[in-house]
Amino acid sequence: MKRIYLDYIASTPLHPEVVEAMLPFLHEKFGNPQSLHSDGQQASEAIQEAREKVAQLINAESSEIFFASSGSEANNFALKGLVLAHQKQGKHIILSSVEHQSILNAAKYLEKLGFTFSHIPVDKFGKIDPEDVQKVLTQETILVSIMLANGEVGTIEPLAEVAEICRSRDILLHTDAVDAVGNMPVDVKALGVDALSLAGNQFYGPKGSAALFIKKGKRILPFIDGGIQEGGRRAGTEDVPAIVGMGKAAEIAMQNMASHVERMKDLRDSLIKRLPELIEHTILTGHPVQRLPYHVSFCVEFVEGESMLLNLDMQGIASASGSSCTSRALKASHVLLAMGIDHALAQSSLVFSLIDSTTPEDIDFLLEIFPPIIERLRKMSPLYTQYLEEKEK
Amino acid sequence: MIYSDKVMDHFQNPRNVGTMEDADGMGLVGNPVCGDVMKFYIKVKDNRIADVKFQTFGCGAAIAVSSMVSEMVIGKTIEESLQVTNESVAEELGGLPKNKMHCSNLGADALHKAIENYQDRQKEKENASKKAEHKKRHYCPYCEEPIEGMENMCQRCQIEFEDCPECHKPMNKKADVCPHCGATKPRV
Repeated sequence: MKRIYLDYIASTPLHPEVVEAMLPFLHEKFGNPQSLHSDGQQASEAIQEAREKVAQLINAESSEIFFASSGSEANNFALKGLVLAHQKQGKHIILSSVEHQSILNAAKYLEKLGFTFSHIPVDKFGKIDPEDVQKVLTQETILVSIMLANGEVGTIEPLAEVAEICRSRDILLHTDAVDAVGNMPVDVKALGVDALSLAGNQFYGPKGSAALFIKKGKRILPFIDGGIQEGGRRAGTEDVPAIVGMGKAAEIAMQNMASHVERMKDLRDSLIKRLPELIEHTILTGHPVQRLPYHVSFCVEFVEGESMLLNLDMQGIASASGSSCTSRALKASHVLLAMGIDHALAQSSLVFSLIDSTTPEDIDFLLEIFPPIIERLRKMSPLYTQYLEEKEK
Repeated sequence: MIYSDKVMDHFQNPRNVGTMEDADGMGLVGNPVCGDVMKFYIKVKDNRIADVKFQTFGCGAAIAVSSMVSEMVIGKTIEESLQVTNESVAEELGGLPKNKMHCSNLGADALHKAIENYQDRQKEKENASKKAEHKKRHYCPYCEEPIEGMENMCQRCQIEFEDCPECHKPMNKKADVCPHCGATKPRV
């Protein structure tokens, strides 16, 4: 059976050129970048080259890039490192209510250390209002962390406006851009952020490759104490193949950015338009326009997410859902609830994320097999029967 | 795959899906907050579950559990069906992932609720027939004097009646023992 993978937000495959770039560093070029001999120096140069490519992708300087092992690590590094380095100036931090768990749970850790947090709300599209940031600012506020784009609903946040507010008050701004970098143009200077997290496996790089951008001159405490790797801020022998792979992936992403975005948007908008035409009671989640180019998310009323996902999977399509049953924590998505979506509808969420190799035929196939699945599941759903009965009355 | 083959079989081909117009019992459990809603209908004949229909809003495990429970109890007596537990359902399904065990709880609960509902309805029916019978009273149980209509008092001996808690027939409100069935009224 043909498999159609539409869960690229979870991970992308490696680009063949990325694999090729990495291979020598898994075999003959195995030197430790900190060694002074030429084998070590060869690895060190490769890392520097990758650092420059990653920097270019987001319009940063190579000295502003610190490699990490995952987007979650980069987020932890940013939040804990920046907050602890600036605690003398204050103890208050502002987050959005739709952040990734690696931000929300890092915040819980910092709460135990005596820091306080304000979570600003989002509208029905999952978008924050920069004015809300202004409203909760205090003399104690040292950091604002708001994601660039949300992975569950695709919405892009108005970060540049937040940056203006932060700049005028001399408050640090971090953004979790893991789902955005490599998939849409991201420019740290235009955004005006002081720190930004990104991950290589979101744009054809390997899992285990990620980076944190820290603007020159901004203080941050080391995340892993040890040797002098990553400027002493993140010690430990570098994962050279992963870093080299992410560098190559960044280079490819830069080259293809314009055509990638255009292609993704076309496919995305076609799916967004056609799915609700074929299936009644389907609600787009997230912003209809200001959203990740490769991201489509819906709530399909009266049907639970996991049962849709499994049915699609059995017919060859991989997708994602934010329902309680698919999250191992068995909680409905905090993002959908923050957007004011009720629990029943939040259980009915489904996310499709596309990539360059996704074809219009793939979308056609999805649209062919999906409506019968929903029809079958709705027949089985007491919520749908109840809806029909009430409608008759 | 996170589920056993048997779970996937019941998920793909759920048995006994649907509603039942003339059900003898109905049980509804769960809510969308926890992620699952299950509705069970049962038909009972000669104290045996003659038919089951269910509807489920929920994950793969929830659907498979509902289907499995329905299959397990058709043909069983009420007493046997009440023995079905979350563990026995999960076992029949060849196991469930740890974080899905609550789904099997729901399945057993929905069935038990439907049975309870059936038993409640049975009791109601019995009570209704007893009530209907005692409404037929025409004579005072103490003096045999005919009683007018639905009045709760014998005009001749001036005894006020109330229903016996046991047999539901009229007895002296102030008496301790029912003249019909001999039951002793609990002293309040």
